[in-house]
Amino acid sequence: MTDIFLILVGAILVNNFVLTQFLGLCPFMGVSGKVETAVGMSAATIFVLTLASACSYIVYHYLLLPLGLEYLRTISFIVVIAAVVSATEMIMQFTSPFLYRILGIFLPLITSNCAVLGVALLNINQSHTFIESVFYGLGAAVGFSLVLVLFSAMREKLDQCDIPEPFQGPAIAMITAGLMSLTFMGFTGMVQ
Amino acid sequence: MAESARQLSLQGLWYNNAALVQLLGLCPLLAVSNTAVNALGLGLATIFVLVCSSALVSLVRHQLLPAIRLPVFVLIIAGFTTCVELLLRAYSLELFQALGIFIPLIVTNCTILGRAESFASKNPLGPAILDGLMTGIGFAAVLLVLGLLRELAGTGVVFANMNRLVPFANNEGVVLFTHYKPFLLAILPPGAFLFMGLLIALKNILDKKLASRPQETENVAPGSKRVRPLA
Repeated sequence: MTDIFLILVGAILVNNFVLTQFLGLCPFMGVSGKVETAVGMSAATIFVLTLASACSYIVYHYLLLPLGLEYLRTISFIVVIAAVVSATEMIMQFTSPFLYRILGIFLPLITSNCAVLGVALLNINQSHTFIESVFYGLGAAVGFSLVLVLFSAMREKLDQCDIPEPFQGPAIAMITAGLMSLTFMGFTGMVQ
Repeated sequence: MAESARQLSLQGLWYNNAALVQLLGLCPLLAVSNTAVNALGLGLATIFVLVCSSALVSLVRHQLLPAIRLPVFVLIIAGFTTCVELLLRAYSLELFQALGIFIPLIVTNCTILGRAESFASKNPLGPAILDGLMTGIGFAAVLLVLGLLRELAGTGVVFANMNRLVPFANNEGVVLFTHYKPFLLAILPPGAFLFMGLLIALKNILDKKLASRPQETENVAPGSKRVRPLA
């Protein structure tokens, strides 16, 4: 029980996926313009990432390992992730059109979120068990969402600021992310 | 032909630079740029995957149904990435370990899929290879500059551990400042964001200087215009 709690805290705060491990930066920069879109993207990512880390664990341990095909993991994980995303899209479309309307446009984007593939690979590198993998995925996604929503709120404020001309747009966004990363360094050493 | 090749190169290297302008492939860019050698290693790996996948996508472009083209592109890229992964593990284990999961993550570098979708799938083999090469060099150059700046600011040395890349190189690196007090922040994660922000600002300043000079007429190949809307 404590192990799982530590994995969660570690993934959300100490080794935050966006700010200290540099995974999922494309959506982090791309959809952080408005708080609403950021919240939609976060919800979709939490769902898909948790599911995808469970599925890739199953595929790796029950399909690739017995067949001795470990070197195909990158290709098979990409296929697993794409399949999970498409399946989620279809199920959501039929069972809950309301959710689909809110989250639908974000789902295809998640396939190219490197945090999803990153979690699947890290789960293997750190030889997590099934439960640990699921919670590591959940923690990574919650950490991603936390930072994404905070960042988008800051970018909305930034739009109204008087920024020196060369820094307008992506440059100031990068600097802001740097300062956020600096604050997250404060969590270093909290969990070993 | 020569003119369009020149345009293609300029677009890939500077005006539509994948890393600085379109902000694609940020994850590997920021993550492995803590030393120049890591940056160079990943830059070369990315160029290789980008050129090979652009060439193959261009070759099979007439055989593909529109509905399944994206999965096919992704699988082609994943295939070449696996080749790079196995090659690196065989010939340079140290570099392979230093780059870690960012080698397999070349698959999700949006630059590569972006070029396959918007250029290679619409153009013949020659231009597709050139475009892949130029985009790749543009990306690798930014990676290397960022790596050099961060390593220099963080340690006062550049190209340390060069033998990860070239077996006979010396391991000490080029010491530019002796008695240097390391600016540790540059190597830590926040430094990556800060330096990248400064680099983008620098490009904006240079672009403004260039724009004040007389403009030449633009002659672009179809699909080579790349825009990344920042919402």
